[in-house]
Amino acid sequence: MSFNNLDQLYRQVIMDHYKNPRNKGALEGDHLTVDMNNPTCGDRIQLQLQVEDGIVQEAKFDGEGCSISMSSASMMTQAIKGKSVDEAVKMSHVFSDIMQGKDISEEMEEELGDIQALQGVSKFPARIKCATLAWKAMEKGVDEKE
Amino acid sequence: MDINQVRKQFPILDQEVNGHPLVYLDSAATSQKPQSVIEALDEYYRGYNSNVHRGVHTLGTRATDGYEGAREKVRRFINANSTEEVIFTRGTTTSINTVAYSYGRNNLQEGDEIVITPMEHHSNIIPWQQTAKATGATLKYIPLQEDGTISLEDAKETITDKTKIVAMMHVSNVLGTINPIKEIASIAHDHGAIMLVDGAQSAPHMRIDVQDLNCDFFAFSGHKMGGPTGIGVLYGKKSLLKEMEPVEFGGEMIDFVGLYDSTWKELPWKFEGGTPIIAGAIGIGAAIDFLEEVGLDEIEAHEKRLAQYAMDRLQTIEGVTIYGPEDRAGLITFNLDDVHPHDVATVLDAEGIAVRAGHHCAQPLMKWLNVSATARASFYVYNTEEDIDAFVDGLQKTKEFFGDVF
Repeated sequence: MSFNNLDQLYRQVIMDHYKNPRNKGALEGDHLTVDMNNPTCGDRIQLQLQVEDGIVQEAKFDGEGCSISMSSASMMTQAIKGKSVDEAVKMSHVFSDIMQGKDISEEMEEELGDIQALQGVSKFPARIKCATLAWKAMEKGVDEKE
Repeated sequence: MDINQVRKQFPILDQEVNGHPLVYLDSAATSQKPQSVIEALDEYYRGYNSNVHRGVHTLGTRATDGYEGAREKVRRFINANSTEEVIFTRGTTTSINTVAYSYGRNNLQEGDEIVITPMEHHSNIIPWQQTAKATGATLKYIPLQEDGTISLEDAKETITDKTKIVAMMHVSNVLGTINPIKEIASIAHDHGAIMLVDGAQSAPHMRIDVQDLNCDFFAFSGHKMGGPTGIGVLYGKKSLLKEMEPVEFGGEMIDFVGLYDSTWKELPWKFEGGTPIIAGAIGIGAAIDFLEEVGLDEIEAHEKRLAQYAMDRLQTIEGVTIYGPEDRAGLITFNLDDVHPHDVATVLDAEGIAVRAGHHCAQPLMKWLNVSATARASFYVYNTEEDIDAFVDGLQKTKEFFGDVF
């Protein structure tokens, strides 16, 4: 493994989301809250979602963790806003596929946007859990809502 | 101590990881195993694998000799009074839980106190939380001083006549603090309390004399001292162990079994229900032989030198925060600027350097340090100054790498 792989892992877009997280903070009004930890390493996320008529209207997160977990949370909140719950869960499954190094459809690639930058994580098995933390929280949240 | 000779005995060290020679700095999590331990396990399984204490046949006798011989090695290693005081367990966690269940739940009641510290590993916190809940006893903490040590004055204030159990780690797996066990045990005894010591991070690295420490229980693991996983030790004073009930019931630990009632074997076997950890015990015995051959005093001095060298070198890197007191065991817990410890560990790993990142099974301590996670480099008998040079260079690279992307 070389610094090339590291560059792939820590793409500029990831560092940008880590340094300037989007949708960080707390929601006001009616919303659901999910807390999730990665107990092996201490990463912690609180995700808040406003779901109306099966559509994710708003999403915010707060938490502590490494660049991968926090940037992933930032990108995810961006990606799922305005999507239906079904679409969001589907995206989460596609994201898991990416983490396992699987290829995805071009259509999905477009949909995912920035998130694709996290592809490099698949080469670092120990870090996959960091990247999927926010997605798991989202899935848990919408699952409980139903 | 000839470090090159020592390193040759650890076959795992002779490899490249991610294109770089392996630099293993995670021995506080688990140590590497010398050839002699690997061979002892191999010999047992190839040559005399058999159940112990029951077979009349020759292999059974050899296995029993191996297993009980290992118990005598452990007794000598910690200077216990007799092998009756040496119980084989699955590891430090099981050892502590055995005391928390068998001694704690039967000797504590509402109004009693259990005293521990905020620096404990989860395995020396949760068993006591559970025992406190089950018995109505109160769990109390001796506060930490600013530098991550325990003062005897604070210990004297926290431990009272209501205290029945004091449980404390010998060496902190995060701060490297070496706790004054002998003095604390004496305070505990003045109040009629018993003293349990979590020796997971001390037994592998320094000479242990349980009689001199005058602790009542001492727990440690084989896998952190060159032995295999799945074997540990609970030392207990005979007078206490004799009065304690077993935690696990079944084969191997019984004297007489009737339809409605049974009696137990004598010490130490009444605490070793089921087919024991035979290979593990033989493995820890071989690990003790290895450590004694190198010399525990030599090992301790070697690690202290390495820790000092690492401290001196780390202090030359701007932005490194080191946690814990000046006087420390052979490990260094740190953070680097705003770079998250996971990210530090990933960049170091790309250089072949293995360090630990996370909360180190010490969430209350992380809270006390006011961090969510830290990185840790821990040293053992096989580490060298070159390892530390590689580690420090790796940290410089980490800094540059994240300096660029930020």
